[in-house]
Amino acid sequence: MSFINLFRIALKALKRNKLRAFLTMLGIIIGVAAVITMMSIGEGSKQSIQNTFSSMGSNMITIMPYNNMPMPGGVRLGASSVQTLTLDDVDKIREQVKDISAISPGVSSSGQAIKGSKNWPTSLQGVSPEYLGIRKLSIQEGSNFTDEQIRSSQKVCLVGKTVVDNLFNEGENPIGQIIRFGKIPFEIIGVLSPKGQNTFGQDQDDIIIAPYSSVMKRILATTYIQNIYASATTEAVSDKATDEIIAVLRANHRLREGAENDFDVRTQADLINTMSSTSSMMTSLLTAVAGISLVIGGIGIMNIMYVSVTERTREIGLRMSIGARGKDILWQFLTEAILISITGGLIGVVLGISASLAVSYLLHWPTIISESSIIISFIVCAFTGVFFGYYPALKAAALDPIEALRYE
Amino acid sequence: MSDILKIHDLRREFKVGSQIVKALKGVSFSVESGEFLTIMGSSGSGKSTMLNILGCLDKATSGDYFLDGVNVRSLDKDALAQLRNRKIGFVFQAYNLLPRTSALENVELPLMYQSGVGHRERRERAMHALELVKLADRFDHTPNQLSGGQQQRVAIARALVNEPVMILADEATGNLDTRTSYEIMSLMQELNQEKGKTIVFVTHEPDIASFSSRTVMLRDGLLQRDTRNTDIKSAKEALAALPVTDDY
Ligand SMILES: Nc1ncnc2c1ncn2[C@@H]1O[C@H](COP(=O)(O)OP(=O)(O)OP(=O)(O)O)[C@@H](O)[C@H]1O
Ligand SMILES: [Mg+2]
Repeated sequence: MSFINLFRIALKALKRNKLRAFLTMLGIIIGVAAVITMMSIGEGSKQSIQNTFSSMGSNMITIMPYNNMPMPGGVRLGASSVQTLTLDDVDKIREQVKDISAISPGVSSSGQAIKGSKNWPTSLQGVSPEYLGIRKLSIQEGSNFTDEQIRSSQKVCLVGKTVVDNLFNEGENPIGQIIRFGKIPFEIIGVLSPKGQNTFGQDQDDIIIAPYSSVMKRILATTYIQNIYASATTEAVSDKATDEIIAVLRANHRLREGAENDFDVRTQADLINTMSSTSSMMTSLLTAVAGISLVIGGIGIMNIMYVSVTERTREIGLRMSIGARGKDILWQFLTEAILISITGGLIGVVLGISASLAVSYLLHWPTIISESSIIISFIVCAFTGVFFGYYPALKAAALDPIEALRYE
Repeated sequence: MSDILKIHDLRREFKVGSQIVKALKGVSFSVESGEFLTIMGSSGSGKSTMLNILGCLDKATSGDYFLDGVNVRSLDKDALAQLRNRKIGFVFQAYNLLPRTSALENVELPLMYQSGVGHRERRERAMHALELVKLADRFDHTPNQLSGGQQQRVAIARALVNEPVMILADEATGNLDTRTSYEIMSLMQELNQEKGKTIVFVTHEPDIASFSSRTVMLRDGLLQRDTRNTDIKSAKEALAALPVTDDY
């Protein structure tokens, strides 16, 4: 029998029972839609994590004392817990590592920023002027501080939009005003351009930046630094720069061969991988659950096909009596199963895409619909049709025509 | 005239548990092209068993069966299916039309299993077959929109559409009233006399047999009598002779 006839016969058989065909499809529709939606949510959050890190400067290299691994902008362990990095390390790296374009020491302190009767809990970052370039921050108004102001530990600072909003009245110009951090007064010399929230919901504008020397001397009273931030000349050389930094620091810290590093160097790529792996695991889990619903959809097909074969025993007998061979019957039922699953798959793809769009539109979650998720779920559901349709079809094909015709 | 089918010492045994049921115990006869044969006999005499074998739906336990010169014994399942598709038209007591499917599509069905027949030709031949059974105007009706007699005529059209060498009917009038039975028989006679179709018709009503040219009587799986009908009654006349108010 020709393929086109086979297709016609199967299509007519399905048309005779539209509602049942649709209900059978439902399992597949939901399964495919769920897989696509889950994968698009997963892909979207992965992409958004990557965007967050590259907006923080994709060339950025962060050096931390070992075992003291703060996330940028996140909670830090006490600065005194591990003190291995010094300003001398910064100078050595600046002198000896060729593949970096900028470097800044980093110290921070959290506390209350006060202006008149208003106050705001925030953190103060002590860095060098190069820090803005490394973190891709820019100044909206006013100016950056200078190396001269670093040398003389001047009490000047740059503030983010959130800090301005919370300490000043609307329309008030913060430039030139004095705010206090703890007991120490700082003069605002610049306001940073707003960056908004990152993927993790952190407000990137809740920040005060001051010369590291001022923070170290006047607030923390320490000679150690907590971090070193550097920028590789390009993203491609960041691994090479990392190796060079490790070599320089090991020499400067006089670490013997075999001794463990007392610091930790991380590129943005490392951070992205750490962050993404958690999100990938969630995605895999959700996709697995969605996949199970696809399998259940397949079992639904098998169930209905078995019922259908029994119910249509006389039809099968008749078809055989007018010349259908066993394999014609086999192919008819298999084609029906495949048609159901592929049609269900197509509807599922459309529904999945709509659901993904709805999620990003209504919940503002980032979603990315990847072709691979569509292709994978489509192949899986076609396979489901063949796999779960085969046994019922085989049963139909093996029927004896006389028995089948007599069947009540 | 040539023999369209010829059986020799045909036996069919069924195994039911440890018992062996002998449905046919050695039957021999032949049918010439253009004959209208009725097979009669009491219930359980082996009529259906015989017809299933003649229709290549079933195989004899022993004995030979030649259909159109081919020994069916040597054929495999697929070849038998092919034979049913090309040379035989079946009409069943229960019509066996596909539900929720138009008359035309039901008639087209046998041609669906012939890859050489295209969409257009299939439609034309099915329409032509419906014309032969005078149901062309009902081509788009589904079985539940047709009377029993009309459904059986659709089934006859389906049996005719592949231009078989013979038509096999198993109690094709068994579910119908007298008037409708006569209508079907009149159609059968027309096909036999005007189109020259060979017909083998199983029945246990003697008046139905009187419309045929020959009657084979089976009894307990054996051929009891084989009589040539010299006085073939016309179903059309019998139909006209029925009282008009007859509400059988
Ligand atoms: N598949 C089967 N298995 C076992 N026995 C069978 C089978 N088919 C038929 N028989 C037996 O063979 C015998 C003949 O049956 P068959 O159906 O040919 O009778 P029939 O002449 O068509 O009867 P009726 O007029 O009632 O239709 C019966 O005794 C029946 O029980
Ligand atoms: Mg019978």
